Amino acid sequence: MRLRDQGSLIAIMAAVLLAGPSPAADYPDTHEYRLSNDMKLLVREDHRAPVATVMIWYGVGSADEPPGRTGLAHLLEHMMFKNTRHLQPGEFSKLVSRFGGTSNAFTSYDYTAYYQEYEVSRLPLALELEAERMRNLEIKPEEFQRERNVVLEERSQRVEDNPDALAGEKFSAITRPGTGYASPVIGWSRDLKQLTPAMARDWYERFYHPGNARLVVAGDVDPDKVRTLAERFFGDIPARETNAGLARGERPVPGERRLKLELPVRVPNLRMSWNVPSLVNLDSPDDYYALTMLAGVLDGGQSARLESRLVRGAEIAAGTSTGYRGLTRGDGLFRINATPNPGTSLAELEEALLKQVRQLKKNPPDADELERVRAQVTASDVYEKDSVFRQAMELGYLDTLGLDWRLAKRFSDRLAEVTPEDVQQAAKQYLVPARSAVARVQSEAK
Amino acid sequence: MTRALTLILVLALLGGCQTAGDFPATAEALKDVPTQGRELTPKQWTTDQGSTVLFMRTEELPMLDVRLTFAAGSTRDGDRPGLASLTSALLDDGSEGLSVDDIARGFENLGARYSTSSHRDMGVIELRTLSQAKWREPAVELFLDTIGAPTFPEDALERARTQRLQALRRHQQVPGPQVNKAFYRTLYGDHPYGHPSGGTMDSIRAIERQHLQAFWNEYYTTGNAVIALVGDIKQEEAKQLAARISERLPEGGPAPELESAKPLTERKREHIDFPSQQTHLKLGNQLIQRGHPDYVPLYVGNHILGGGGFTSILMEEVRQERGYVYGISSGLHPMAAGGPLTVGLQTRNQQAGEALGLTLSLVKDFVAEGPTQEQLRKARDNIRGNFARSTASNSDIVGQLAAIGFYDLPLDYLEWFREQVNQTSVEDVKQAFQKHLKPENLAIVSIGPEKPEPRMPEDDSEGE
Repeated sequence: MRLRDQGSLIAIMAAVLLAGPSPAADYPDTHEYRLSNDMKLLVREDHRAPVATVMIWYGVGSADEPPGRTGLAHLLEHMMFKNTRHLQPGEFSKLVSRFGGTSNAFTSYDYTAYYQEYEVSRLPLALELEAERMRNLEIKPEEFQRERNVVLEERSQRVEDNPDALAGEKFSAITRPGTGYASPVIGWSRDLKQLTPAMARDWYERFYHPGNARLVVAGDVDPDKVRTLAERFFGDIPARETNAGLARGERPVPGERRLKLELPVRVPNLRMSWNVPSLVNLDSPDDYYALTMLAGVLDGGQSARLESRLVRGAEIAAGTSTGYRGLTRGDGLFRINATPNPGTSLAELEEALLKQVRQLKKNPPDADELERVRAQVTASDVYEKDSVFRQAMELGYLDTLGLDWRLAKRFSDRLAEVTPEDVQQAAKQYLVPARSAVARVQSEAK
Repeated sequence: MTRALTLILVLALLGGCQTAGDFPATAEALKDVPTQGRELTPKQWTTDQGSTVLFMRTEELPMLDVRLTFAAGSTRDGDRPGLASLTSALLDDGSEGLSVDDIARGFENLGARYSTSSHRDMGVIELRTLSQAKWREPAVELFLDTIGAPTFPEDALERARTQRLQALRRHQQVPGPQVNKAFYRTLYGDHPYGHPSGGTMDSIRAIERQHLQAFWNEYYTTGNAVIALVGDIKQEEAKQLAARISERLPEGGPAPELESAKPLTERKREHIDFPSQQTHLKLGNQLIQRGHPDYVPLYVGNHILGGGGFTSILMEEVRQERGYVYGISSGLHPMAAGGPLTVGLQTRNQQAGEALGLTLSLVKDFVAEGPTQEQLRKARDNIRGNFARSTASNSDIVGQLAAIGFYDLPLDYLEWFREQVNQTSVEDVKQAFQKHLKPENLAIVSIGPEKPEPRMPEDDSEGE
């Protein structure tokens, strides 16, 4: 099902309802339900071991923060472990621990997700706790201040004291300019210091309710029993309309951007990025698969082009990494990061990388390069199933973006349809200067 | 209106005594529900060449994990820090008849994953492949050819050397790796646990091809190998596979035992000047080594002190109560010839003294008083409940089997461990900590713009 033209999550949900339940026979291990309040429940059966992972995914992330309030989505995530109507700070974690579980949460540009992992008999507790904080969060000013300090420490640790991370943050500010993606998920320090409990309360009221959430349960569970339990704890939480949601659709091509950064690095590095479509924003998903394949040809392992030609071969780079981030509501990004070998300048490194890009525009890749990427993806499909956690991640992530979880099941088949010419075409169309941003990161001039 | 007010008062009163109330409603019923876990049922044998093999069949997913573990970690570096790590790094860079490209392309064409890693005690070689014969057979063939006769090509060594030197330079950009290396140096001195596994700029520059070759022949040997196999193959197939692996390795017996590391007998304080916003601190001392009879009570105690995540004493007091840190934790790392208890934290420079003072006093109090009955009960519950997750995936199982084989533990070790945890008392934990950890003898290592002096925080509670 394509969800291209819906503007809001409510509309997406309506579309799902119209489509009706999926033919379960196609994918017998996965079940999709609607609770009486319309909240979505996804269940993945995996009976190898008596464990269960419970996740709840809220369709709101840092990209939804208005200017001046960066860091709010993430700080609220921290507050979700503090007071609720029935729980004092720390009690949530104590209960999880007491029953042998583990829990944490993660905030991204596009979502905020919470998880608990247990031996499977603890499932009812997991759902009860998750429902409690969806319904009954309390934000106490003194706890808010304290947790803000924790987040400022987190920021110092992860970003301020790490010049590579600082470079990444500054580079991100120009990769998707003028959008919520230009600010770091953790927030700018100055904004963090100005956030108030009332802002957090407002964020919670707007986005934390069944209409903007999906519950994912994976593991050694009986789907019908999960549904009954979910109904018991979540069914009577009223769903409200959600007005989150960045407008979908591609942004205008931003134009060529260059950044020169002087930071206390001991090893210079180069960051390149092109604004390309994301799967969420594409009319036809074909380009998503072609770009995925393009990234694989350049950097899908030790035998891929950049590693074999620039790290080994010419020995220009000490390391490179290439990735296509196409699962996001904003622009997709095609990125290459590289560190030069001593004796290679960043200009030479950039030219060497661009030469590889030009070659792909000129000549399609060999069929066996594509075959190699496919073989790895096909095998990965099996390997990924070794982790119950990752299975739950995949369901929650795709659904939160308004995508169909069945996409994952069809991923390698769709990749198999990509031709060498498709890859060449994608390089020609998207890896162009007007879509590019480049940062050269060097040590401070003495 | 009066009634509304009364209702609010009643709600407020209820709110005041929640913890004793009926939330969460599901908890009471779960209190006595025992947790299950997938039992480990490995088979163990020795190959003709003397390699220990542990195998467990799992049929649900069509995949196979192979993990070879050798006593070939950085403790065997001798006077060439980084030698074990470089040897390991070059194990995919060429073997007789195969170039680095042949190896990389070969595995990737099959969707197989080949990797090597180097640790303090161990050198590890891993293969993950689909288990159907048409994928597995060629992947295994390539695996055997790759590890059968590694050639350690000169150009690969130069490349690895450059990359390693770049990595060491990057370590100097950030505080974390520096404080870590300094901590182990301070605590262990000249003992093999004292030098950095990744080597130093000087030692990496001095390593030659012949050193790698010699290291391989001495330590990646049949008698020094543990082969763990988990996945969808039959025992007969596992037997053949283990035999084929063993046949391809250099002949040799187990590596000699290492001299045991000694605890510090007085406080040692080191500081590194570094222009960071946060001060990183690492403290601890040598406690025990693998197989020590006090391991279980120390494990339980560490869980309560700082190993148990959000509910540990350190996390509660230093992060939740004071907001001093984003992360603080303690760890107990028993290895073959030693194992420290460490506490690590990172905090804003201006409050580093308070964070250090508070942490030291929490450690001191814990050693003096031991855990409460309630803390112990919760830790035991958590450790027991964790069991199901420790054997849930093939990845988990192959890790457990490799550790059992490497440290020569009984096959029912996990079961035994769980039983021991159940029987651990408050007194056991307290005695074990008092016996092994003297808070006045800690190594304390910090990095930041200023050396923090421990001081107790002024009480900042607001009469809540």
